[in-house]
Amino acid sequence: MAIVVFPGSNCEQDVLQAFACLGVRAEYVWHHATDLGGFDVVVLPGGFSYGDYLRTGAIAAFSPVMEAVRRFAAAGGLVIGICNGFQILCEAGLLPGALRWNAGLKFICRPVTVRVETTDSPFTSAAVAGQALEIPINHFQGNYHCSPALLDQLDAEDRIAFRYADNPNGSVSDIAGVLSAGRNVLGMMPHPERAVDPAVGGTDGRVVLDSMLTSLWSLRAGVR
Amino acid sequence: MSEAPATVVSLHRQLGLTDDEYARIEEILGRKPNHAELAMYSVMWSEHCSYKSSKIYLRTLPSEGPQVLIGPGEGAGIVEVDGVAVALRIESHNHPSFIEPVQGAETGIGGIVRDILSMGARPIALLDPLRFGPLPVEDTVEPATAERNRFLVEGVVTGISTYGNCIGVPTVGGEVVFDPCYSGNPLVNVMCIGVAPVERIMLARAHGPGNVVLLLGSKTGRDGIGGVSVLASSAFEEGSETKRPSVQVGDPFTEKLLIEACLELIERGVVVGIQDLGGAGICCATSESAANAGTGMRIHLENVPRRERGMEPFEILTSESQERMLVIVTPEDEEEALATCRRWGLGASVIGQVTASGRLEVFEDGVCVADVPAASLGDGPVYYRPVERPHEAPPVPDTDVAPPEDLRRAVLALAGDPSLCSKRWVWEQYDHQVMLGTVTGPGADAAVLRLPGARKRIAVTADANGRWCAADPYLGTCHAVAEAARNLSVVGAEPIAVTNCLNFGNPERADVMWAFSESVRGLGDACTALGTPVTGGNVSFYNETAGRSIDPTPVVGMVGVVADAGPPGTGFRGAGHLIVLLGETLPELAGSEFLRIVHRRQGGLPSLDLAREAALGRVVRGAIARSLLSSAHDCSEGGLALALTESCLAGGLGAAVTPEDGLPVHVWLFSETAGRVLASVEPHRLPALRALAAAEGVPVSFLGTVGGDALRIGSEADIPVAVLRDVYDNALPAAMRHA
Amino acid sequence: MELVRFAVAVDVMPKDGISDPQGQTIERALPSLGFADVHDVRVGKRIELAVEAPDAETAEAIVRAACVRFLANPVIEEFQVHVLERAGGPA
Repeated sequence: MAIVVFPGSNCEQDVLQAFACLGVRAEYVWHHATDLGGFDVVVLPGGFSYGDYLRTGAIAAFSPVMEAVRRFAAAGGLVIGICNGFQILCEAGLLPGALRWNAGLKFICRPVTVRVETTDSPFTSAAVAGQALEIPINHFQGNYHCSPALLDQLDAEDRIAFRYADNPNGSVSDIAGVLSAGRNVLGMMPHPERAVDPAVGGTDGRVVLDSMLTSLWSLRAGVR
Repeated sequence: MSEAPATVVSLHRQLGLTDDEYARIEEILGRKPNHAELAMYSVMWSEHCSYKSSKIYLRTLPSEGPQVLIGPGEGAGIVEVDGVAVALRIESHNHPSFIEPVQGAETGIGGIVRDILSMGARPIALLDPLRFGPLPVEDTVEPATAERNRFLVEGVVTGISTYGNCIGVPTVGGEVVFDPCYSGNPLVNVMCIGVAPVERIMLARAHGPGNVVLLLGSKTGRDGIGGVSVLASSAFEEGSETKRPSVQVGDPFTEKLLIEACLELIERGVVVGIQDLGGAGICCATSESAANAGTGMRIHLENVPRRERGMEPFEILTSESQERMLVIVTPEDEEEALATCRRWGLGASVIGQVTASGRLEVFEDGVCVADVPAASLGDGPVYYRPVERPHEAPPVPDTDVAPPEDLRRAVLALAGDPSLCSKRWVWEQYDHQVMLGTVTGPGADAAVLRLPGARKRIAVTADANGRWCAADPYLGTCHAVAEAARNLSVVGAEPIAVTNCLNFGNPERADVMWAFSESVRGLGDACTALGTPVTGGNVSFYNETAGRSIDPTPVVGMVGVVADAGPPGTGFRGAGHLIVLLGETLPELAGSEFLRIVHRRQGGLPSLDLAREAALGRVVRGAIARSLLSSAHDCSEGGLALALTESCLAGGLGAAVTPEDGLPVHVWLFSETAGRVLASVEPHRLPALRALAAAEGVPVSFLGTVGGDALRIGSEADIPVAVLRDVYDNALPAAMRHA
Repeated sequence: MELVRFAVAVDVMPKDGISDPQGQTIERALPSLGFADVHDVRVGKRIELAVEAPDAETAEAIVRAACVRFLANPVIEEFQVHVLERAGGPA
């Protein structure tokens, strides 16, 4: 597992710790890296890469590592962008749409309920369709925006991974997470890594990480 | 050496130096100071930097204990917990936040975080005790003033959210209190906790002549020239907008890089000494770190990266540009240090060398622009300011306080008061979860945090009560310490250390200085009684507008250690659990929130018995360690009424309680007697709790039973939990909503 | 070819039809401040740059390219490029 660290990332340690909780070793990859060979999963963690200056995720999207992420994704590798990671993936064009200021113009840090909208993805395969997960959000710019045509397409292609049960930020169609056309890139605003430990934030986020691990194992088994 | 300008004698007064202070500077230098030197002394000898009015009192505070690794006088205090160094400190950013609330709050956080960083510690938590004038929903101030207060709340919360969230340090607690005395002078205090391996604690020491002085971080501009002396060391008058040019703008992104780069430098073992740049900028950081090590320093101003053209030497020396640190490294490690900063994209420049001269010598393009004994800048004057006890207001006899016309309405009035209601609107804008260490976050009596590298957890709280300190600064301050300790005990933590932020009016006023001296005496006595050494603190004077001082507001920050068991939580947990009160309710409505909110009267405060407070703490912690309690909640502001309300809401359960015989219901319900904790227990655990309490002489009274969907107070009131929740949760959002 | 320094400004605005909560909030606040007749508030940003180019057309083209790739997000924002002046002598 690779966790990409941009200047201003601040959830990389949390992601590392969450995977460690599940017995998985992850390592940090600096934003200057140009090669992601040898990794099974790439995580773009939350935070404020480049201080959210210009637009959130906009500067990080041009980091050298993002070219490598692009190649990694094109080759079918699993890429998950959490919060700022989601914003970076949108800015880099690896996911469609954009994330805008929350409708209430306030930063929001609280647990929200999201519904698993599809289990047909390596990030949600361990969940039950329609399963409600309580996972914290922590963002100022998580208001997902896309054109009506794109929304229809996302719906038709079953690429909406999560929807908010009670829309906290004004996102189009309550969208909390979307998949790439190849279904191997996920962007989500909620922080699954903040919900893996019963003492801190509950364990509902585990299903996302578990799904990824299960998918990897079956992928490897299939290769053999 | 350039010759001093002829006008220099009158200049010193403009810079806030007295004639005596100026004479002392001449004596130290053996000549007249030049402009740059005079500016350096003026900021370093300002109240804010020199503590010249408060020093004699602060010396009296208890500061020792086996757990104390670093006491007062450094960037932050440090205590040892489970083999890990825990750094703690609070600072104020009151005046800057009044001028520009967003940037004032942002730079306040930046400053305290660098204080913690300067000890070699990683910041892991922030708390923000905030005090403002009333919001427009109250009618105690003019509408325009209330509107301005709301603007300040909005701005300060935004600033904390913007900066704290970006640097990835969770904001885990604090206070938000409204009182007319803060209308022209809000209090924006910020507390930070940091951790480090014990062996990696760093100090501001420029050891080793020949070593290299590095300046890290942002470029230097004309930010806050004379800021500390102008903003924090003089009364605040109308028309303060003219001071706007000295407003400093926060850059949380650079701060985040600074945190990571400095910690990496320390981890690499290349740091000889490290010091933050805050008030008085380069001048303060260089002179302090040299003086602390008994060395000197030669600084070359042309090597200081600048943001603006044409800056004078004194401007570069005293600029308060944010997000900068001073790091001392050996010449051998210079390249490694610079490369590390480059990797983080952080500016770093060699600006000078450590010398053996004991002097701070400043050059610009080869010309000496200042040359002073380094230690003399930090060795400012000490004042014994006049102290005079003001006339006392007659105490309010409790027998005088009539019962409310409608008990239910009174309970709801408290639950919906902006100072007492839920602060969720505020803390949901703060990232309180990052770092995955927040076991109990904002909204609880105290935050409980995991301690990286240790098995034990720590708990943190910050408490104050300005109205009580106005009534009696000695006893009021003792109460603040006692309440902080109680807040820690109810989450199972044993208090081990205190830091403080003493917010007062003009020290040149004898009544203010009397209140200050009494407050410090109270702080010392209470901390001695409760075994919590004072590891440092901050004094903020001149909190007044148009000649009116704020209430004396000493904010007590306290850290405790949680051994094993998790906190029971504030909320009732199960129907049928028994509700008990640990401690005794006395008829003490003086100074109560009931008196303020329902009767609109102020004055007075409850009594305090520190020995009983300590015994209560032992009982509560013992009961939590033995898992006897289902819930525990500090019973203080708002009395039992608010404690019951909050325990019902946090647990989503109702309760039925019976008023105590011998006290009128409203006295029993609203009295704010100290030394009380509201708890709930499973019935079979009550005997064990009683035995534990009896051994310490702490009374346990049975109040009632958890259950149902309403708070039932005898036959007097029956309030659905849903109604309480609506009032308690929505009061602040409603008050902050624009018409 | 000799390069000249041009001062260029870019106005970035939310696209038509994209809701602008900042603008709406300001608009809602205006009447209470006595500005009842002010409508259609939209909040964008202005970015100023200096560009070295042989001529104004090229300078504009360079900045446009930067906008499409980086300075504005075409999903939600539109931009206008204004070449203001020659910002000084030869670069």
